[in-house]
Amino acid sequence: MENVKRVDLIFGEYTQEKYKILEETMKKSNEQIITEMINSGLKGRGGAGFLTGMKWKFTAQEKEPTKYVVCNADEGEPGTFKDREILTKVPRKVFSGMAICGKAIGAKIGFMYLRGEYSYLVPDLMAELDIYHEHAKRFNLDFTIELRMGSGAYICGEESALFESIEGKRGEPRNKPPYPTVSGVFGKPTVINNVETFVNAVMIMKYGAEEFKKIGTTDSRGSKVFSISGDTPKAGIYELELGMTVAQFVEEFGDGDTKAVQVGGASGFCVPRKKFKDTIIGFEGVPTGGSMMIFNSSRSMYNVLHNYLDFFEEESCGQCTPCRVGCQQLLKGIQAVKKGEKPSSYLNQLLKLSENMKITAKCGLGQSVANSFSSIVDNFKEEMIY
Amino acid sequence: MAEKIKINIDGIALEIEKGTTILDAAKSVNVKIPSLCYHEDLCVAGNCRVCVVEVEGRKNLVASCAAPAEDGMVVKTTTPKVRSARTDIISLLVSEHNTQCTTCYRSTNCELQSLASEYNVDSERYLSVLKPNIKVDKSSYSIEKDDSKCVRCQRCVRTCAELQHVNAITVAHKGKDMKISTFMDLPMNDVVCVNCGQCVTHCPTGALTERRYYHEIWDAIGDPDKHVVINTAPSVRVALGEMLGFPVGTRVTGKMVTALKKIGFNSVLDTDFTADLTIIEEGHEFLDRVTRALKNGEKVALPMITSCSPGWVKFIEHMYPEHLDHLSTCKSPQQMFGALTKTFYAEKMGIDPSKIVSVAAMPCAAKKFEANRPEMKSSGYQDVDAGLTTREIGHMIKQSGLDFVNLPDSKFDSYMGESSGAAVIFGATGGVMEAALRTVYEVVTGREVPFKNLAITPVRGLEGIKEATIKLEKVLPAYSFLEGVEVKVAIAHGLKNARTIMDQIKDGKSPYHFIEIMACPGGCIGGGGQPIPTNDEIRKKRIAAIYAEDEGMPIRKSHEVPEIKKIYESYLIKPLGHKSHELLHTHYKKRNRY
Amino acid sequence: MPEIKELVKGLADKYGRARESLMPILQGVVLENNFVSDIAMTEIARELDIATAEVYGTATFYSFLDTEPRGKFVIRVCKTITCDMHGKKRVIEKIEDLLKIKMGETTQDKKFTLLTTNCLGWCHQGPVMLVNSTPYPSLDENKVTEIIMEYMSK
Ligand SMILES: Cc1cc2nc3c(=O)[nH]c(=O)nc-3n(C[C@H](O)[C@H](O)[C@H](O)COP(=O)(O)O)c2cc1C
Ligand code: SF4
Ligand code: SF4
Ligand code: SF4
Ligand code: SF4
Ligand code: FES
Ligand code: FES
Repeated sequence: MENVKRVDLIFGEYTQEKYKILEETMKKSNEQIITEMINSGLKGRGGAGFLTGMKWKFTAQEKEPTKYVVCNADEGEPGTFKDREILTKVPRKVFSGMAICGKAIGAKIGFMYLRGEYSYLVPDLMAELDIYHEHAKRFNLDFTIELRMGSGAYICGEESALFESIEGKRGEPRNKPPYPTVSGVFGKPTVINNVETFVNAVMIMKYGAEEFKKIGTTDSRGSKVFSISGDTPKAGIYELELGMTVAQFVEEFGDGDTKAVQVGGASGFCVPRKKFKDTIIGFEGVPTGGSMMIFNSSRSMYNVLHNYLDFFEEESCGQCTPCRVGCQQLLKGIQAVKKGEKPSSYLNQLLKLSENMKITAKCGLGQSVANSFSSIVDNFKEEMIY
Repeated sequence: MAEKIKINIDGIALEIEKGTTILDAAKSVNVKIPSLCYHEDLCVAGNCRVCVVEVEGRKNLVASCAAPAEDGMVVKTTTPKVRSARTDIISLLVSEHNTQCTTCYRSTNCELQSLASEYNVDSERYLSVLKPNIKVDKSSYSIEKDDSKCVRCQRCVRTCAELQHVNAITVAHKGKDMKISTFMDLPMNDVVCVNCGQCVTHCPTGALTERRYYHEIWDAIGDPDKHVVINTAPSVRVALGEMLGFPVGTRVTGKMVTALKKIGFNSVLDTDFTADLTIIEEGHEFLDRVTRALKNGEKVALPMITSCSPGWVKFIEHMYPEHLDHLSTCKSPQQMFGALTKTFYAEKMGIDPSKIVSVAAMPCAAKKFEANRPEMKSSGYQDVDAGLTTREIGHMIKQSGLDFVNLPDSKFDSYMGESSGAAVIFGATGGVMEAALRTVYEVVTGREVPFKNLAITPVRGLEGIKEATIKLEKVLPAYSFLEGVEVKVAIAHGLKNARTIMDQIKDGKSPYHFIEIMACPGGCIGGGGQPIPTNDEIRKKRIAAIYAEDEGMPIRKSHEVPEIKKIYESYLIKPLGHKSHELLHTHYKKRNRY
Repeated sequence: MPEIKELVKGLADKYGRARESLMPILQGVVLENNFVSDIAMTEIARELDIATAEVYGTATFYSFLDTEPRGKFVIRVCKTITCDMHGKKRVIEKIEDLLKIKMGETTQDKKFTLLTTNCLGWCHQGPVMLVNSTPYPSLDENKVTEIIMEYMSK
């Protein structure tokens, strides 16, 4: 068991007393909170891995008096289900994290954007929110949290699309700049963080940046909640230390016949067996929002890729050319190669296309299709053709 | 003083204002970056990605239309990386497209076509992902919508929303199914579309076009039994040249008349004649309303609003149906012309009106719908058989094989060929107001409007809403109740601005007596039937041509035109008289907003 | 029809009439009627004073805001990769068999609609489906039969 290090931070104990950490944190100055966040080296858990403390700092510095905190609970990446687990087990920590952020940056309202698929969680979350608001009132914290629902659109997990959706519009990502820290929801400076990021913030407040830093590696501080699925006898949620290799991971979670691991969901990378040893899971290697999908040798990687591309051509918002048309072309292209309607060399054309999508698409969705596409096509070419 | 920053584009160092986009910065040093979803009139979308460029130090390319230049940026616009990406993007657009250029109305005037040919894209590169069985929506009298030619740039949607505040069209669905759609994908004639055609002039491709009627007109011309009459609106003569080899802003009135005669129209007349007539009728209607309100204390709807713009008329019918009484009851000049063609003109010429085909050459798409309104039959026939756009006229002239550039000038025919400068300026925003004031002021005071050279400059220009106040002093005895009254007028163009004006009326807060509203930004010179492209630079040049035409006219005021005087003496008898009501005025219809 | 008017008005009273209320109102209508009809969209447009096309454009963006009639119970089976690997096909066939409809269809009695959807966030317990908003993980032919039978009797 020394291969993968288990941690008990996210799901670990809050405090006996309700909202105690939050109450304690209220005694700190905003500068203290932000400095501690920066010192912890915490990177966002939603996928992009931006330094959370810096995000808070930039937003805090904005002169505009109205600011918002948004918790991204849209969790739509295939293979990810850890935010659901967090919201089920420790919603208190999530709301505390949002409130801490609200205090630190000077926001009075926070939104939690929950994907429609999780609407069954609403009653419990509302009940917890009532408790939160009661306690916030008790220690004079002027920060209310509202719940907003998605309705079945993966792209609304992209931060600017999410803002559009909260504003009652189609979830089409915006041009950047301006970034959310300057102009986010309702055009106001906004901190948007993943569910897990907010929980980490609470734990940093509880244990201090120094303790937090002891977990993980220089590039990937803290623990990470993994959603493990696919060909594994141990599918489920695990809180692990970042920085392990895929080989170590497979040894623990594989079924003995693992041929590939998809790290980071459909928009992540596919790591083939021959690269298990040299690939580190974390920001220094393959980053992941937590999704780990394990495939054994009975699986056709063509089917896997086909499934991802089906997903992307439906879930793209459709506004920008490289993504809207590119996804359709990649899918149609691999089908044509498989059927022999196009020569196998056409795959090279498609690889080139996916590279161009990466550098020209408007948002992260179109930009990351190439991750799975090229890592699967490059490593499993034969499966694509025959 | 805006902060200045230094950047470098393709080796050219330049200093620009902070906040300038890379695309604009490049334009300022004559580096042309191709674009597609970008349009000067509209907010930035940044969705086509054709305009991508390389910025030193960045892995990803940057959409130059959407990205503000930053201090010290080094931009390269044509590296192999950029070229490869751009070619791919254009190829993708083509792969989604019904590339039937040979039969496309926008061929040679299409932004996708030019891009594809500039980048010489290989149509074999990608498989076709064009959706099967797309039907062209020809339900509307004015607009044709062909989704198979759509590049999904959303320019039309932004136009309809931002410039026109109509929102008849929207982006619907997502991913591969994303498309431009009406509510419930209903046919265009079943939705709130006001037919202004602005989406057409802002569409880069053949996806949105005006419905064409010129084939029927060619047939009529070829029919010896038919007498085909055409009248041409003022804005056509200052824009038509753009399609036929002249620089923007060239007046081609004389050549246009020659060309139309050569094409075989039996009579080429001037819509300006009925524009002058509109001024007489509308001017008196205004005075009548004011008299009833101020002298008799009656409750009449003021401000009065002009009704020459059929896009605007349909807009108010949909959006403010409870305020239709503010609209002047005057028909538009096109419809007055049509009604008179098949009555007055037919009588004078001794032609059976059933043999007359009356055609209007218009800068407008909404005129097509207007011509087909059921109430527009006061001559006993359909008053206007076809409203053609400037673009259709341009096409007809091209088809005729005429060497337009070298044609001699000729004059309009008669009857109904004479007009004043006041009628010409109908084409520019503020023009109807200016023309009306030139006449009304004189009717009330007996003197010319107190502006140098008759140019009422406060009502001119491209500002969205313009206001002016004119004090009536030393009035004629019949109008003594108007002594000292300050007449407040406003001018709005673009329906977004019309909405502002109407909201004031709705709230009972409108300070005006008389308002001119034109559906299209810039007025008719920027109409939905005008040559493409149209933007502010082009609008300004067309407007300048309009005012130059006005100044060159021997008669500058509507009430001084001899043919106008004559038609009142011999036919209409008096403004707002019985005959006028029958032929020149109309009523409006409440329509659904939702 | 008067009910729809009342429903929309009630939702607008509850959530407000600003543009940001559009999503909650649409969601509220779907919760009640399982889809948003053209009449409902027109009422929403009227209440919020926005164009019907905007309501339609927004609704069609979201897969859960159906603009076509749906049954009382909308079944959405996850079709994404791990559920696919773990037998979603058999589950779907079983449901089709039980309800005598094909994927995408609604039963004659308007009780059930069968749809697919993308990853539901239960990949470790796939295949999974939602019936309205309730998730049912770890499905196999037996389990899905039980569940559907139960709904049939509701
Ligand atoms: C297509 C797409 C989907 C995304 N989905 C999510 C998501 O479901 N949850 C999430 O937290 N971040 C998601 N993100 C990342 C967000 O845009 C954003 O970076 C994140 O919420 C920031 O929070 P963090 O810094 O705490 O990670 C997505 C990004 C893209 C491009
Ligand atoms: S990359 Fe895809 S999801 Fe992102 S803006 Fe473009 S079309 Fe929309
Ligand atoms: S829209 Fe343009 S590219 Fe398309 S068929 Fe017409 S001319 Fe050709
Ligand atoms: S014609 Fe005018 S109103 Fe109609 S869709 Fe186009 S822009 Fe909108
Ligand atoms: S119809 Fe024209 S303007 Fe509208 S999205 Fe399509 S190509 Fe662009
Ligand atoms: S012109 Fe810049 S993205 Fe379309
Ligand atoms: S793949 Fe089915 S729930 Fe995630």
